[in-house]
Amino acid sequence: MASILNIEDLSYHYGNNPDPVFAGLSLRMEDGEFIAVVGGSGVGKSTLLRCVAGLATASHGNIELHVEEDDTRRSRGVVFQDGRLMPWRKLRSNVAYGLKGLKLTAEEKRERVDEVLKLARLEELAERWPHQLSGGQVQRGGIARALAVKPHLLLMDEPFSAVDAITRHHLQDQLLTIWEQTQKAVMFITHDIEEAVYLADRVIVLSGSPANIVLDQKIELPRPRHRGTDTLQKLAQDIANAL
Amino acid sequence: MALESHPLTRSRSGRALLGVIGVAAFVLLWKYAQAAGWAAAGTIPDPFRLPQALIDEWSSDRLAPAILSSLVHYVWGLAIGTSLGFLVGTLAASSSLLDALHAWLARILRPIPPLAWVVFAIAWFKVSHAGAAFVIAIGVFWVNYFATYSAVRNVDSRFYELARAFGQNGHLRQALQVTLPGAATGIFSGIRTGIGQAWMTLIAAELLGVPGMGQEMNSAAGVGAYEVVVVYMLIISLVYTLSDTLFGFIEKRVLTWRPS
Repeated sequence: MASILNIEDLSYHYGNNPDPVFAGLSLRMEDGEFIAVVGGSGVGKSTLLRCVAGLATASHGNIELHVEEDDTRRSRGVVFQDGRLMPWRKLRSNVAYGLKGLKLTAEEKRERVDEVLKLARLEELAERWPHQLSGGQVQRGGIARALAVKPHLLLMDEPFSAVDAITRHHLQDQLLTIWEQTQKAVMFITHDIEEAVYLADRVIVLSGSPANIVLDQKIELPRPRHRGTDTLQKLAQDIANAL
Repeated sequence: MALESHPLTRSRSGRALLGVIGVAAFVLLWKYAQAAGWAAAGTIPDPFRLPQALIDEWSSDRLAPAILSSLVHYVWGLAIGTSLGFLVGTLAASSSLLDALHAWLARILRPIPPLAWVVFAIAWFKVSHAGAAFVIAIGVFWVNYFATYSAVRNVDSRFYELARAFGQNGHLRQALQVTLPGAATGIFSGIRTGIGQAWMTLIAAELLGVPGMGQEMNSAAGVGAYEVVVVYMLIISLVYTLSDTLFGFIEKRVLTWRPS
């Protein structure tokens, strides 16, 4: 498979702070690959994602995205930790938000939205206001919105950390189903190592000050995986030890 | 501590009954004060003579023109003050340069009561509709300016980040997609406060001689017709309630997305 993302020698400083939060960070990602980035708080996991998303500018280094130019898609789709649906738009309109400005007819936009609402199992809730949705439904709305722009790379910033454990398991499984159907490259930020091992093809561990990649672990477990199995827990323990 | 609710207050009709009793008790106390002569003779109107006073005002063709004239001041003052307050508030909140430029000026001008401008209203517009509208507009301007300014400043910055993440760049686009809807609740509450504020200033502005309800009240008081003054007071209350209800209805339609 071809590489879709190439990060080289990336450093980031917060404001005027002389010490970088991470420095000299390099990472390659293959198309269709699911990578999880883990690490303690303050190592710049979310900042790394925001750099890749174009929402933050690195102080040094390069981020190359190898995707074809296509004005009916966006190269990246971002899913935020808080779901971040606009309270003044109904769910359907929130999901359609990223399509503004893409070269699509109204009919094509409607089809896109219907398709991702179905994928996220939200068809029935399309006409609801965000305040009428549960935390898990809001998150699925955020995922649907990101998928609607048919991104080459899906960027997810701790998307399930704010929901309860049962909902989180459901959302993880739904995400895997969607990932298997769409074959998209996913960069998933989490502080939950078991979640990372359960979901990802590769787990990247950030640690240190300034932070860098201390472990790049391929997860060879066959799919579908099962939570709580010994092999999975042992892998998670090994990764935790690297932190 | 939670307030223990009385059984009568638990139903709609029970509360309506209590409301009527409250008003009736007040009217009786008022009547007693008038009959017992609590204030200088003739300065407390007889509440039971108000209906007749209303009919007299209406049939002598003073009431309708006064209300219409006041509404002209009200609508113009409100429209001008609201639009300018919204505009200046939005601009000041969206640009750090404009914000710094106007900060001191706002601090100097803001404490000046709208009625202090009456002197200039008369000097510039003579005793005219425009003068009354001018004074009203000043009061309404500040209310809307502050409401808009703080609403725009307080729009959750995460939604601007969201807009950028989905390729929605550019000031105008973000103003329409994020700033306006995000600040709408605060802006609307400013408009609503302005609707009330405009009434307060209206009557005071008209007391100085511009035709309208304020002037009618003044001339009625001049001949000791205090029932007439109360008639106008009650009409002011009624018109305010109508305009506030109408606006509340519009607000509800526009901000349907808010949790009720």
